[in-house]
Amino acid sequence: MEEILKVNNVCKRYEDITVFENMNLTVKKGEVVVIVGPSGCGKSTFLRCLNALEDIQDGEILLDGEKVDAASKNIGSIREKAGMVFQSYDLFPHLTVLQNLMLAPVKVKKRDKKEVEAEALTLLERVGLLTKKDSFPRQLSGGQKQRVAIVRALIMHPEILLLDEITAALDPEMVREVLDVVLSLAKEGRTMIIVTHEMQFARAVADRMVFIDNGRIVEEGNPEEFFDNPKTDRLKQFLQTFSY
Amino acid sequence: MNLDVIISYIPLYIEAFFLTVKIGWLGIFLALAIGLAVAFVIHFKIPFLSGISIVYIELFRNTPLLVQLFFIYFGLPKVGFTISAETCGYVGLGLLGGSYMAEAFRSGFESVPKSQTESALALGLSRKQLFWSVILPQAISQSVPGILANVIFLLKETSVFSAISLMDLMFTAKDLIGLYYDTKEALFLLVVFYIVMLLPVSIIGSFIEKKARFRTLGV
Repeated sequence: MEEILKVNNVCKRYEDITVFENMNLTVKKGEVVVIVGPSGCGKSTFLRCLNALEDIQDGEILLDGEKVDAASKNIGSIREKAGMVFQSYDLFPHLTVLQNLMLAPVKVKKRDKKEVEAEALTLLERVGLLTKKDSFPRQLSGGQKQRVAIVRALIMHPEILLLDEITAALDPEMVREVLDVVLSLAKEGRTMIIVTHEMQFARAVADRMVFIDNGRIVEEGNPEEFFDNPKTDRLKQFLQTFSY
Repeated sequence: MNLDVIISYIPLYIEAFFLTVKIGWLGIFLALAIGLAVAFVIHFKIPFLSGISIVYIELFRNTPLLVQLFFIYFGLPKVGFTISAETCGYVGLGLLGGSYMAEAFRSGFESVPKSQTESALALGLSRKQLFWSVILPQAISQSVPGILANVIFLLKETSVFSAISLMDLMFTAKDLIGLYYDTKEALFLLVVFYIVMLLPVSIIGSFIEKKARFRTLGV
């Protein structure tokens, strides 16, 4: 299958602190990779490197065959290919839901307004938020905001979706509505990299699990092996913290 | 107080009123343009220009408008530029106001969280699109209270224009008192016309302020 993302020996350092080094990861079209690991292990930073929100000190990242580099001239068009959803939603507070969705397709892709609006409405209906199209973000619940944020990424037709702990800031009863959306995206064959602490969800959605600790990939594999027969002690220990 | 005197003065005050309003608002628009440009340069740390901008702000915020007007009106002709009192009035007001407006805009820029920049960049927006569509609208609604306070402050500062012989409200009042000694009537009209000039600004201003707050904060 076609490779969408290739990460070769990537290192991330701040002055004297190494966040991670020698990261290697290949993601194929349609694959869902879930990254887990203890807080501060570098998994979010890794995700942010993939669309050059963070710079890297060594190695290279190829997205759909193109090198990801914040300094390159066409970084905008490379970033379009990687839709990102953040823990804190980060919708634009001065725009309505519909305007939030239409901003990037109209400004960046120069698409026709009418056509984008029609697509936005279809997508909103799909996530159950059609009635909220004229609301402002502050009028929505956390779960609703996050569903809008997912649609805002989708409407740019990205090759890959990067989801950075998208349920971490949500009240427990809202986690479900957001994860259901992600599950349905996985079913339709979207390529995704998901950083999460929701282990049951990870197991349900993942084609491949990756465990990062101390800035290294410690273990990876298919979800059954990963959860039922972890090979490393470190992963066993980590998974233990999630069971009572 | 003599009503006939008041009525006979009114046309003169109306003329002065329009001159004051015209120069005041020209100065304010200039101040907004300078302030926005300067705040942009400082916030985004544009090399070289940001240094100049900081010197500009400190220079104009820490000297009185009257001194600045004297420099422009009496100083510039000495080095070969002559400008009219009117131009001097709004350029002076614009330069003073620019340094205050810059601070108002800057606090607005700083109030926009960094995550807004990141989510816009992640969507593929260019730096320019990010600024105009995401940062500026949010920054302005945060800056509105500061901008409004500056607008009122600058309109009041126009009263020093009389020192460079501009026929503004203050000049007219002083002139009439000097000529006819109808002090009470002249001062009464002066206060009335300043209030007529500023009260609508205050009222419309707090309405805009509320709207802007509601837009971003919802309260």
